[in-house]
Amino acid sequence: MSDNSRVAERPDRLTGETSEGAQELVQRLDTSRDELGREVGAVLRLDGVTLDPSEVDYERHDDETMIINMGPAHPSTHGVLRLMLELDGEFVLRTKVVIGYLHTGMEKTGETLSYVQGATNVTRMDYLSPVINELSYSLTVERLLGVDVPARATWIRMLMSELNRVSSHLVWMATNGMDLGSTSMMIYGLRERELILAFFEKTAGLRLNLNYVRPGGVAADLPDGWEDDIEVICNTIEERTYEYDQLLTGQPIFRNRLIGVGAITAEEALALCLTGPLLRSTGVPWDLRRSMPYLAYDQVDFDVIVGTYGDNFDRYAIRLNEIRESIRIIRQCVEKMPAGDYRSQDPKVTPPPRARIGESMEALIHHFKLFTEGFHVPAGEVYSAVESPRGEIGCYMVADGGPKPYRIHVRAPSFTNLQAMPLLMRGASVSDAITMISTVDPVLGEVDR
Amino acid sequence: MALEDLQHNFLTAPIEDLVRWARRASVWPASFGLACCAIEMMAAGAADFDLARFGMEVFRNSPRQADLMIVAGRVSQKMAPVLRQVYDQMMEPKWVISMGVCASTGGLFNNYAIVQGVDQIVPVDVYAPGCPPSPETLMHAILTLHEQIRTGEIMKRRAQGTPTHLGHDGGVWTPEVPVTVRVGTPK
Amino acid sequence: MIPLPPLAPPGVLTDEAPACDVACFPTPAQYVDLVAAFKADGFEMCVDVCGVDYLEHFDRALPEGVTPTRFEVVANLLSLSKKRRVRVRVQAGSESPRVDSLFHLYPGTEAPERETFDMFGILFDGHPDLTRILMPEDWEGHPLRKDYGVGHIPIQFKEAPGPR
Repeated sequence: MSDNSRVAERPDRLTGETSEGAQELVQRLDTSRDELGREVGAVLRLDGVTLDPSEVDYERHDDETMIINMGPAHPSTHGVLRLMLELDGEFVLRTKVVIGYLHTGMEKTGETLSYVQGATNVTRMDYLSPVINELSYSLTVERLLGVDVPARATWIRMLMSELNRVSSHLVWMATNGMDLGSTSMMIYGLRERELILAFFEKTAGLRLNLNYVRPGGVAADLPDGWEDDIEVICNTIEERTYEYDQLLTGQPIFRNRLIGVGAITAEEALALCLTGPLLRSTGVPWDLRRSMPYLAYDQVDFDVIVGTYGDNFDRYAIRLNEIRESIRIIRQCVEKMPAGDYRSQDPKVTPPPRARIGESMEALIHHFKLFTEGFHVPAGEVYSAVESPRGEIGCYMVADGGPKPYRIHVRAPSFTNLQAMPLLMRGASVSDAITMISTVDPVLGEVDR
Repeated sequence: MALEDLQHNFLTAPIEDLVRWARRASVWPASFGLACCAIEMMAAGAADFDLARFGMEVFRNSPRQADLMIVAGRVSQKMAPVLRQVYDQMMEPKWVISMGVCASTGGLFNNYAIVQGVDQIVPVDVYAPGCPPSPETLMHAILTLHEQIRTGEIMKRRAQGTPTHLGHDGGVWTPEVPVTVRVGTPK
Repeated sequence: MIPLPPLAPPGVLTDEAPACDVACFPTPAQYVDLVAAFKADGFEMCVDVCGVDYLEHFDRALPEGVTPTRFEVVANLLSLSKKRRVRVRVQAGSESPRVDSLFHLYPGTEAPERETFDMFGILFDGHPDLTRILMPEDWEGHPLRKDYGVGHIPIQFKEAPGPR
C-alpha cells in the first residue's frame, strides 16, 4: 500500500490481504471531479440529460461521508458480491461494485473441453437456471454445426426451460422475501422448488446443474408418467402463487418498502444495456421469447409481463406473474408435445444406441470417436441468445474446425445488470440498498464466470 | 496440573460427554455459501431436508457467533484471503466442512482461477463430495461431523494442529499467513 | 461479400455467411463512427463487447481487404425496434492492442470492456475506469490469452503420476 491514509492504522494483515487496490471505491479527496459526477446521470451521457450541479456536492469533505464495505461474505442469498458504499448518514451517495470473487475461468476451461463436455461447464455459470445456460450454448453450437433438432427435443427443451424459469423465480421470491424479513416466504419458495427439482432428478438424474440439454437434442427422454407429475407441479404452484399474493403483495409493510424505491426510466435502462425483468419493469416490452423467438415459443400462447414505474415493486410483480405465465406455457407443452426422437439422429453428432455397438463396426467407431475426441464443428463464429430469468443470456462462440471451441464467451445478463447498481442506489437508504440488490437478482456465478 | 493431563476417568467423563453433547447438538453454521452448493445448502436448511432438527437452522452471518464453516462452492483466488479472514474470526472450537467437489479438490475447474481444494487454506474436518451434493449428502457430512465431535477431544485447539498432507511436522500453524493462496501458473 | 445497405455505411466491409449472421469489419479508425451510425439507425443496445485472441487460428476466414491482427474486439449490437442483431469485429492489433471505447455511446459497455482488458490486455481509449474486474488487483498476466496456460495442476493419487 503506497498511500497510508487508505489503510487502517492497525497491522496490515487485516486489510492488506483482502484489499483490491484500484478496483475499490476511494475517498472523495482522491477522486476526480468526473468520477464524483458519476454519482448522478453524468455517467449516462444521455441526450438531453444535463448534470444538475446542485445534485453533486464537490466540496463535501471526507469527514462527512463514510465508506463502508458490504461483502463479499454476506448472507449467501446472492453470492459473493462486494459493494462499497459511500454513505452520508443513512443515505448512499456513491457505489462501486467489486466482483471477481467467484471467477472460475470457465471461458478458459471451455477451450479445453469438447463440445459435449462444454455443457457441463456452461451450466454452472447461472446455477439457478442451468438448463437455460445449456440451451443458449447448445443453440449456438447447433447453429455452427448446421444440424437440425427434432421437434420432440425442441418441445422437451422448452418444457425444461420453463420449469427452470419457475424454479429460478421461486428462489428469487424466497430470497427476496427473506431479505425483506419474511422468513416464511423463504420456506415456501424452497418448498415449491423441491417439487420441480424432484422432477428434474427423475428426468436428468441431477437436481441442480443438470447436464441435460446438449448439442443435438437432450440427453434422455422424459420419464413415463411425466404428464401426471407436471400436472401436480402446475396445479400446486399455481394455487400457491395466490397464497404469496396474500402473504406479500397486498401487505402494507411490503408495499411500502418496495413501491417507489429504485425507480429507473426506460432511457436509462437502455443506455445501461439492461435486459430481463429490469428492462421490462420500465415499460419496454422486450422479451426474446416473443420478439426473436427461438425453440417453439411462437407456437405457444403467453403474455409478456411489463411494468410501468421501473421500481422494485414492479420487478417483484413481474417475476411473480412470470411464474404464472410459465405454468401456462408448461401446460401447453404437455398438450402439444410431439412424439419422436429426443435427439438428432445424425451419426456424426449423436452416439449410436449402446445395443448396436456389439453388432456394427461403424457404430463402434462412431461411439469411440465421439466420446474420446468429440465431433468437429466447422470453422465460424456466431452469437445467439435466449431469455433467462435474469435477462438475455447469449453465447458467442468461435470455432476453428476442431473438436473443441476456440473461444467461448457467455454474455451474462447479471454482469451488465449490475451496472445499474450505482444508479439505483443513489439517494437510497442502506435498507433499501438490500432490496435493490435483491430485485436486480444477480447470480454471481454468471457475473464472474 | 493442566487440563490436558486429565484422563478420561469416572469424574470427568460425564462432564466431557456433556460438553461434547452440547457442542454437537447446536452447531451453528457460518453462512459461507459461494456458488451452486450454496443453493443446496439453503435447500438443506429449508422445509424438505430440515436442518433445524439438528439444531442448525440458524445460519449466523457473523463469524464470531458461528461454530461451523461450510465452504459451499468454488473458492477463487480473489476469495481465498477473505475465506481465511472469516475463518480466523471464528471462535474456538470451530470446524470446517468442505461441501462439494470444488471446495474439496477444485472439482471440475482445474485452472488458474480456482484454489484446488480449500484445505490449502483452512484445515478441513469433513469433505462432502458431489456436484452439487444433494442435501442428503450434506446431512450425512454433518452427521459425520457430529460423530467426530462425539468421539473427539474437547480441548483440541485448531491453532496447534497442522494438516499433515502439507508437509508440516507438527509445528505451530500460524493462522494469519496462508500457506498457499495463489496457485496456478502461467505457461 | 456484399455490402448490406442500409445497415452498414459505405466503406465498411461486411460479411454474411450461414452461421455468421451479419458482421461488419471496420478499421480501428472507423470503429466508433460505425457504431454511432448504427446507434442513430435504431440499434439502442450494445449487448456485449468481448475480445478474441487469434494466436492459434490466425488464418481465419475474413473478407478481403481486412488485415488480420492477433487480437480482435467484437461488439454485438441489438435493435429492439427492428429486432435485429449486428456484430462489429475490429482488428485491435497484435503487440499492444488498443481500440476506442464505446462508453460514450453506450454506458453499459463499461463492465464488458473492463473484462476484455482484464482477460486480454486490450486497452480502451476513453474508458473512465480501466482496471481489472475479475482477477485480483496484483495479478500478472492476462488469462484468456492463448499463450497463458490454463494453470492446470496434475492430480496425484497416492504418489502415482497421472496424465491429469
